[in-house]
Amino acid sequence: MEDISGYPLEISGADAPMVSFRKVRKVYGPLVVLDDLDLDVAAGEMVSIIGPSGSGKTTVLRMLMTLEQIDGGVIYVDGSPLTHMAKNDKLVPASQRHLRERRADIGMCFQHFNLFPHMTALENCMEGPVQVLGISRKEARERSEELLELVGMIEKKDQHPSRLSGGQQQRVAIARALAMRPKVMLFDEVTSALDPEVIGEVTNVIRKLVSEHNLTMLMVTHQMGFARDISDRVCFFYDGKIEEQGLPAELFGNPQKARTQQFLSAVKEAV
Amino acid sequence: MFDWQWEFVWEILPRLVQATGNTLIAAGAGYAIALVLGLVLALAQRSPSRVLTFLVREFVEFIRSTPLLLQIFFVFYVGPQFGIRLSPWMSGMIAIGLHYSCYLSEVYRGGIESVPRGQWEAATALNMSTMQTYRRIVIPQAIPPALAGLGNYLVGIFKDTPMLSVIGVAELIHTANAIGSENYRFLEPYTMVGLIFLAISLPSAGLIRGFEGYVRRKLGM
Repeated sequence: MEDISGYPLEISGADAPMVSFRKVRKVYGPLVVLDDLDLDVAAGEMVSIIGPSGSGKTTVLRMLMTLEQIDGGVIYVDGSPLTHMAKNDKLVPASQRHLRERRADIGMCFQHFNLFPHMTALENCMEGPVQVLGISRKEARERSEELLELVGMIEKKDQHPSRLSGGQQQRVAIARALAMRPKVMLFDEVTSALDPEVIGEVTNVIRKLVSEHNLTMLMVTHQMGFARDISDRVCFFYDGKIEEQGLPAELFGNPQKARTQQFLSAVKEAV
Repeated sequence: MFDWQWEFVWEILPRLVQATGNTLIAAGAGYAIALVLGLVLALAQRSPSRVLTFLVREFVEFIRSTPLLLQIFFVFYVGPQFGIRLSPWMSGMIAIGLHYSCYLSEVYRGGIESVPRGQWEAATALNMSTMQTYRRIVIPQAIPPALAGLGNYLVGIFKDTPMLSVIGVAELIHTANAIGSENYRFLEPYTMVGLIFLAISLPSAGLIRGFEGYVRRKLGM
């Protein structure tokens, strides 16, 4: 087991990041997916992650959602360790119980929506609040209807996912994640599986979240224009590392590293 | 040479009808045991404990590789040596339920495995526990694709109930045998038993298909 005695038990202070990756490592056999990643995301910040496939972008989100175990380092959320827990003033790998406690701060939307097919749009949104948060059905229904209103899906609330288009399903999925009142929202290529003409309806919802809600967001995306528009910061991933990061205008307008330039020009050509 | 007596048929019909009831009860009770225990076995095979997974898998293999008749005898005749004294009815239903639970566990397992990984991940993202994920998300989606298989075994269990006659459960074959030896006439009772089985098995397949469609619609799938 890796020595993690050098990591703090808590991160405190006024400028403490909402999310902090400290030397986070992820390997699949001989393949190093993330190589000692350091990444801080401030409260309320919107960070976009771009890069070629296989660069570890999605893995960042999946580790933060605890869908993947990490092989080294520590992830902190809102000041406390997520992947580890304090025991006798030492950090030890998190128990299932600890993960369940800390995971409550995080919500995620997936490339393929992953709505529950046996539930209506409204039931999808109520499921977490009722089952996990233990909120009354009445209150969960009100909250879910508000959120479906926010994403423009209130008219379709009684439809099952099979009756909804991809864009509509993704908007319901966003409402479902928000219903859990997370502090951090993760968007994993949420427009990649959509037909081009419906991408706008999903990106508009995310725009609305950015402008009206004080959520911390991490977004993996291939929509460069969208990332440029709404992000506070853009990280370009290459080979399991952040190759370059900065303000969207800087990174897209004047990339410093050769790999960033190559990637951005290749993407431009594809469009 | 072909001496079919309708009078005899009418005479024995009430007994056969009663035996049909017994057969249906035995099949139904055995099936109910198998439905519940099968799910338990399927879930146990997915437990994080390697020891439990191994033991359950071996148990399922063992039961599936040995004849039902032997298992019926075992429960009824060997059970008492271990202080487990059960009536023929109880022994029969337990043996048949146990036997079929192992087949049903495989059907459940297939259904559970057909639920996409994204559904598990979505449940984790909503911070659901493993229990909640199974109960609310995975099992409801695992059942519809498993229904055809589950239904086939209902017909299978029904057709295997005659094996209970060997320990004296008064189901159809047992009753037909009794009628036959009392009257020295076997043609009518056995023919009737065959027709009764046919009359119940045949529509069942259609009913199961209909039920499967109904469940799928109900779940919006």
